[in-house]
Amino acid sequence: MDFSYTQEQKMLQESVQKFIQKSYDFETRNKIMASERGYSEENWQLFAELGWLTVAFSEADGGFGASAVDLILMMDEFGKAMLVEPFVPTTVLGGGLFSALGSVEQKAEFIPKIMAGGLQLACAYAEANSRYNLSSVATTARVNGDSVTIDGLKIAVLNGSNASKLLVVARESGARTDREGISVFMVDADAPGVSIQAYTNIDGKMSAQVSFEAVEVAVADRLGAVGGAIGALETVIDRATVAVSAEAAGALEAMLQKTVEYSKVRKQFGTAIGTFQALQHRMVDMFIECQLARSIVLRAAMKLDSAEDEIEKARAVSAAKSRVGKAIRRVSQEAIQIHGGIGMTDEMDVGHMFKCVTGLAMMFGNTDYHTARFAAL
Amino acid sequence: MAPGPLESRRIDVNADFTAEELAFESEVREFLSAEFPGEYRDKVDANIRLSKDELVNWQKILYRKGWAAPNWPQEYGGTGWSATQKYIFATEMGLIGAPEPVPFGMKMVAPVLMAYGSDEQKRRFLPDILESNVWWCQGYSEPNAGSDLASLKMSAVRDGDDYIVNGSKTWNTYGQYADWIFCLVRTDNSVKKQEGISFLLIDMHSAGVSLKSIYLLDGHPEVNEIFFDDVRVPANNLIGEENKGWTYAKVLLTHERTNISGVPRGKRRLRALKRIASDTDDGFGSNMMENSTFKNKLAETEIELQALEYVELRTLAALSVGKAPGPESSILKIVGTELAQKMDELFVELAAYNCLPFLPEQFEEGFQGNPVGPGTAASSALVYFNNRKLSIFGGSNEIQRNIISKAVLGL
Repeated sequence: MDFSYTQEQKMLQESVQKFIQKSYDFETRNKIMASERGYSEENWQLFAELGWLTVAFSEADGGFGASAVDLILMMDEFGKAMLVEPFVPTTVLGGGLFSALGSVEQKAEFIPKIMAGGLQLACAYAEANSRYNLSSVATTARVNGDSVTIDGLKIAVLNGSNASKLLVVARESGARTDREGISVFMVDADAPGVSIQAYTNIDGKMSAQVSFEAVEVAVADRLGAVGGAIGALETVIDRATVAVSAEAAGALEAMLQKTVEYSKVRKQFGTAIGTFQALQHRMVDMFIECQLARSIVLRAAMKLDSAEDEIEKARAVSAAKSRVGKAIRRVSQEAIQIHGGIGMTDEMDVGHMFKCVTGLAMMFGNTDYHTARFAAL
Repeated sequence: MAPGPLESRRIDVNADFTAEELAFESEVREFLSAEFPGEYRDKVDANIRLSKDELVNWQKILYRKGWAAPNWPQEYGGTGWSATQKYIFATEMGLIGAPEPVPFGMKMVAPVLMAYGSDEQKRRFLPDILESNVWWCQGYSEPNAGSDLASLKMSAVRDGDDYIVNGSKTWNTYGQYADWIFCLVRTDNSVKKQEGISFLLIDMHSAGVSLKSIYLLDGHPEVNEIFFDDVRVPANNLIGEENKGWTYAKVLLTHERTNISGVPRGKRRLRALKRIASDTDDGFGSNMMENSTFKNKLAETEIELQALEYVELRTLAALSVGKAPGPESSILKIVGTELAQKMDELFVELAAYNCLPFLPEQFEEGFQGNPVGPGTAASSALVYFNNRKLSIFGGSNEIQRNIISKAVLGL
């Protein structure tokens, strides 16, 4: 048994830590969020130069190896800094769908562009009535000869307003919640019939609601086999689920650290509030939650990198997201409570972390959803 | 046969209303359904804040009916209701979503004026509070005096007929609307910290008063920091005696904790949760009301509300037989706020992806855009964020636990 990181992994981690330390403090993040695109293109190009955009891709696809452990190392650091750049939607979701479903030609055309920082993607899967069920798809795709017509409304499309290509999950056949009949299509964001309503999420990342009205694409814009995308979609979302779980684990650890620091300097009743046992034990519980969260995320990543069967992998992912969701609630609420009023202000980073992890708790399914999925698998 | 031991010890408990009380309940219900403006109700249902003008207008409606101040003695314009009638009124108000009058004047400064103010002060301030002509805010907390309120530093130094006030106050809810602020100020540094505090009323329009909005996590400037720079305050704005302010403030805090359980509002929100759950697809072709995990959470919430309601009724019953509100009111604050926060979580869970958009403007008056998400879904996280304040303000829940620990358990 060996839980130590490889030399490459340590270097990757240090590379992210250095960038965050140098170029991503709270004020900088606020400026980036207030900018027109809501993320920094300059940072994005730097990520490409540093090789970070290759991490999600296999060596066969020209990437760094597609290791889930590599991915969570990065996400953990991103979480601590509340990074808003669209790493997950473009490389993990969009890139993941190209890797899993793309033809040789599609991969060759798009994956190098993603890794070079020249292509922003968004994955449009969720719908008004789908909740977290990936096979609940009401958006339709109708084939007429060489073209396909897409109609439907997608919600919570991360990076939807900055992506030049949208990967749209649509139904070619079957009833609304059938697993069969679901395909993924590449749609240009500026195609006629696509309307994008952009907004910022509570975690500071850009998102959008996207409607498709008689949007025409070519049959050749389908990724993978006709109606056969659900398995790949689940695998890709599972990987993204581990990524956001790691992001949350990092953010929670930062919240714990900030709370402990604050309790040492905030004086009431003539002493630092951190000297009160009632608060000490609660901070200990936060620490325990952080450790459990971190551990179960690592477990999930190691399972994804192993030769286990798909069911075991999926169970490990749901276990992680379920448990991290609980940790999010306990740690983040206590962090605000122990900070008191100051923790509720827009000026303090801890409050923004609270908002970030609240969003992450819902992303790709909350605790209840993943507990039920774990039990059912 | 002689009564057995069980029967002889039976206590005649009842929670039923009398015929008069039931008639009163109908009267309140009819009044509220007729007089609480429909557009206000719609806003409350849509999670849109009522404006200052609307809050003032609503209080004036209550005032004209003579119901603005159920908790005031009749001589000052109170209703003269029994404890049960007050409970019925608060319940009906909560169920329909009608806000209580803004508490800073009505529930916070007024009781102190009545108990310790001069006749001149009562005449000057109470009628305008009752009729909502003057808006008050609370000046207690300071940046370095939160839970340890008695360590406050804002100073008032006597200069002829005036005090010269310097320092700052924070977390002043709706301070931006306030005409007056009631403050705890330090008038003596040489004694034990609780013994050098005075209770002073300050006109917010005085020279040297400035205000900075504090934006909270939901993007709303609900609270403020207020700065006092050589503010001249007439000495006749002092309540009672100099250096007795701490004693007066403690009385005020007990009043702040009455009606704090929020059971009626909780019941109303539970109804909303059930309605939304029935309308929310579970993603598998059914709805969230049929989701057994979520259904159990709603049941747990309802059970907790029932337990809390009966704690409140028992407290009320004790009050109606003449006992003073004790430290048990801290239970209502702790459980009431934590239960409200639990319900916030359930709204967020129901909203799922629709809790993610940060669109406070969608829940401002006059929003004209294309709303994201159904109903109030996109406000669920905003409310969840904002309501973290419930366990922090009004004496944090840690302070409430200290009160129970000391005053009830004798630890």
